[in-house]
Amino acid sequence: MSIGICIVGVSFGAIATAAGFPWWIPVAMSALTFAATSQFAMLAVVMAGGGVLAGLAAGVLVHLRHIPYGLAVGDLYWGRWWTRMLGTFMLIDQSTAFALAAGHDRRRAKTAYWATAVIMFIAWNVGTVIGVFAGGFVPDPDVFGLDAAFPALLLALVFPALKDRDTLMAVLVGSAVALATAPFLPTGVPVLLAILGVFATWPRGKRREAAE
Amino acid sequence: MSIWTVLILAVGTFAIRYAGPMLRDRIVIAKRTEEFLNRAATVVLVALVVTSAIVVDGEWAGWALPAGVLVGGILAWRKASLAVVVIAAAATTALLRLAGIA
Repeated sequence: MSIGICIVGVSFGAIATAAGFPWWIPVAMSALTFAATSQFAMLAVVMAGGGVLAGLAAGVLVHLRHIPYGLAVGDLYWGRWWTRMLGTFMLIDQSTAFALAAGHDRRRAKTAYWATAVIMFIAWNVGTVIGVFAGGFVPDPDVFGLDAAFPALLLALVFPALKDRDTLMAVLVGSAVALATAPFLPTGVPVLLAILGVFATWPRGKRREAAE
Repeated sequence: MSIWTVLILAVGTFAIRYAGPMLRDRIVIAKRTEEFLNRAATVVLVALVVTSAIVVDGEWAGWALPAGVLVGGILAWRKASLAVVVIAAAATTALLRLAGIA
């Protein structure tokens, strides 16, 4: 998977360079932001002539899904101040999914979180640098079906959690909400609205607890 | 874009990442809350999978992409290893595109 993120990084570097940005802009963005969707969202808006402010807004908006991620796995790195800083910086889709997949075993979850984050960080930045300097020779990552590989990986990681009926219910309702709103709302908002799905199972959980 | 734009995006994304654990730290986490938060993150991850497989830039993504993700999903359900799931998903989408199916 690190090869995959590396190739996506290559395409980020190549697209930004082709758009006429100096080499250090995509390199600094990847090193300091480490958020593929935010970086692509911002780049797309700026390249389409939407302006820097609109680009920043788009980049931040697609990033908001990291708030529920941090709420769920934040305790794994909430120790010393530097693990907090580093762990916060390393919060991405994949590190969250691998940590959640480790279940209740906190040590395994911690290892999974850090290992995924570090590998992804290296791959993403190496990819960006290659993309910046290899420029025109870069193939489109969609040709390799990489846009299918990432969702498939996340899906495989969360699959065991879906055995829980309440979680499955919440996921189905949430995904339906996200899908129904995706054509109308800016990218990043529908996946947040999906959280409504959790509330669909909230009263059931309460009632069951009362019955216990 | 200048160095300032790059820095503002970096600070903005960091602040969002910081917000979750900070909020978590302030509320007493009962086991049930913990379950609720994990469930919420799972829901967001799956919603991300579903929307990114079906809608691209506000429009239908075409057949190749959802077909690849679906193949990956079925293999995951059949308890295939992560590598098999990921490679099968990418290969399905890539081959469909090669065959001219968008």
